[in-house]
Amino acid sequence: MINFDRVSKIFQGKPAVDDLSLSMAEGEFTVLIGTSGSGKSTTLKMINRLIEHDKGKIRFAGEEIHKFKPQDLRRRMGYAIQSIGLFPHWTVEENISTVPQLLKWPRARIRDRVTELMELLQLEPELFRRRYPHQLSGGQQQRVGVARALAADPEVLLMDEPFGALDPVTRASLQVEIARIHQLSGRTIVLVTHDIDEALGLADRIVLLDQGRVVQQGTPLELLTNPVNNFVRDFFGRSDRGIKLLALGTVAERMRPGEADGEPILAMMSLREALSVFVARGSERLPVVGEQGQALGVLHFSDLISHKALS
Amino acid sequence: MIIVLKNRVLLTLFVLLLLAAFGLPFLSYAPNRLLSGKSISLISLLHGPALWLLLPLLALAVLSLLTPTRNRARLTACVASVLLAMIFWLSGYTAQQLALQGSPLARTSWSSGCALMAALSGLIAADAMTRITPSHLWRILGNALVMLPAALLLFTHQLDQLSLLKEYHNRQEVFDAALLQHLTILLATLVPALLIGVPLGVLCFRSIRWQGPIFSTLNIIQTVPSIALFGLLIAPLAGLAAAFPWLANLGISGIGMAPAIVALVLYALLPLVRSVVAGLQSVPASVIESASGMGMTRGQIFFGVQLPLALPLFLAGVRILAVQTVGMAVVAALIGAGGFGAIVFQGLLSSALDLVLLGVIPVVAMAVIVDSLFKFIISMLEVTAR
Repeated sequence: MINFDRVSKIFQGKPAVDDLSLSMAEGEFTVLIGTSGSGKSTTLKMINRLIEHDKGKIRFAGEEIHKFKPQDLRRRMGYAIQSIGLFPHWTVEENISTVPQLLKWPRARIRDRVTELMELLQLEPELFRRRYPHQLSGGQQQRVGVARALAADPEVLLMDEPFGALDPVTRASLQVEIARIHQLSGRTIVLVTHDIDEALGLADRIVLLDQGRVVQQGTPLELLTNPVNNFVRDFFGRSDRGIKLLALGTVAERMRPGEADGEPILAMMSLREALSVFVARGSERLPVVGEQGQALGVLHFSDLISHKALS
Repeated sequence: MIIVLKNRVLLTLFVLLLLAAFGLPFLSYAPNRLLSGKSISLISLLHGPALWLLLPLLALAVLSLLTPTRNRARLTACVASVLLAMIFWLSGYTAQQLALQGSPLARTSWSSGCALMAALSGLIAADAMTRITPSHLWRILGNALVMLPAALLLFTHQLDQLSLLKEYHNRQEVFDAALLQHLTILLATLVPALLIGVPLGVLCFRSIRWQGPIFSTLNIIQTVPSIALFGLLIAPLAGLAAAFPWLANLGISGIGMAPAIVALVLYALLPLVRSVVAGLQSVPASVIESASGMGMTRGQIFFGVQLPLALPLFLAGVRILAVQTVGMAVVAALIGAGGFGAIVFQGLLSSALDLVLLGVIPVVAMAVIVDSLFKFIISMLEVTAR
């Protein structure tokens, strides 16, 4: 879908992105991660030509991005940023319908699309449609921001630290939301973050950047279990690597048949959360139930360290 | 005993009102328009129907000690309106009485006490209005309503024996012409200033390279005293008119409207360009970034996002310069531009204070009206586009 071929970008004589080659497959959730100044945001903004690259080739849907008019290119890509940038003088509905308006969709279609998106992002349409951004909480504003980015059914969704300014609870719920949207729509998503847990939780593929170069790319599991050098090892946390590994698996993957006493845990819960429950309860066995509360089995504390699924 | 102050603003204004009423001369009576008159105090007038004046004063005394509520604020505004009308009525009535006794040349004028009392009544009403409603439109209408009884006295000729009104009747045509000229100067300044200033402001916002030189030039212009600038323009404009007779046919010459308008436009440019830049800078960068990230063109971003968001700050700037222009146009009379300034300077040169007032009061009124008009427009924008 998107292809970087030896791309460089030089700011004031210093390369921000240096000889970068990358490709993002259709339907893939790619997370660009790195410290500040690593060139991750620059890389993202070169895709929709908010920043023009100096060397190399970037292709979108098989075509060089210079073949497109910037406006046409951008209207085919959703764009959401950390500071959201909602238009303060437009209602939620007007904000969400920005790109469909630019593409001159018929009015009824725009209205239906806005309703659909507000429902998708769990914003009560009749309650929020006519509100102005300043009447919303930070989390609701970012929901509108994401809805706006998705409005014209873009082929690619670009997100620049979209949840960086939100409190942990709101951030977690929006991360769940975006994972759900990715699953439902199978859309290509490129997300920039410096939050390692966010990257591990959302990505199909993580690209770790440093000083404008790719240090390592691969699935979250690969980066945790096979770090290519000490930088990667440090970045993903030397001491709590095990905990992060647990975060990648779910209870359903490790449970065994059987029964146990006590408050049950959900099968879809991550192993990291399960560990926390074990420690908090001081128990060695936990009953596991499905979403409807039906008993599924039991998880033993020792199951957490059986490495058959991970490495 | 502990006295809890419930309404400090009203109490302060009321105390000042009492001091003005009983400590300062209310009217002055002079044998003719050039001589200074002898003072007449309010106390000496308080008999017969004038005693009714004590009633609103008493009401204000009570209201100033009570906790302000919305209904009490409404009552305060009404009382202030009545008081204002009564002050004017008493001055007009006294002038009529004095006119019956004295010579036709004798003049009765407002003194400091009367003027201050009227101003304080207006302030009391305006303060009450801010407690009644947060809406600018209703406040403006409310304040207009407060002035209505006093205005009725004026239009029913109750005040005609006052010196100020005598000056007006003697110069009605001059006054009407001055009003027209003053409005012409205002519009003829605002329109070209906007046509030049807005593009200049946009240029300054877009290009840092131009911002420095443009601002320094405008700053220098701003520091030239207005009288000097009017004077400086006489020679070049006179030269232009002499060199190109068709310019002279258009009414351009070294003195008169043309140099006045040129100077006022130059003065208007700095606040205008500043407010355009400030308005555009007030638009958050994230909003612009997301607008262009979604594929809006430069024009769409400018007209759809930057302009509407910059408008309130920009109009606040236009409001200031409109009020500034109304005031500065007075000085322009020195180079023959006409307007109320001509009346003011005529009054100053002949030491006729009431003639000066005849020129100043409408200028103040015009400034207030222009100011309210812009405030109202800005508040409407804030209602529709927060």
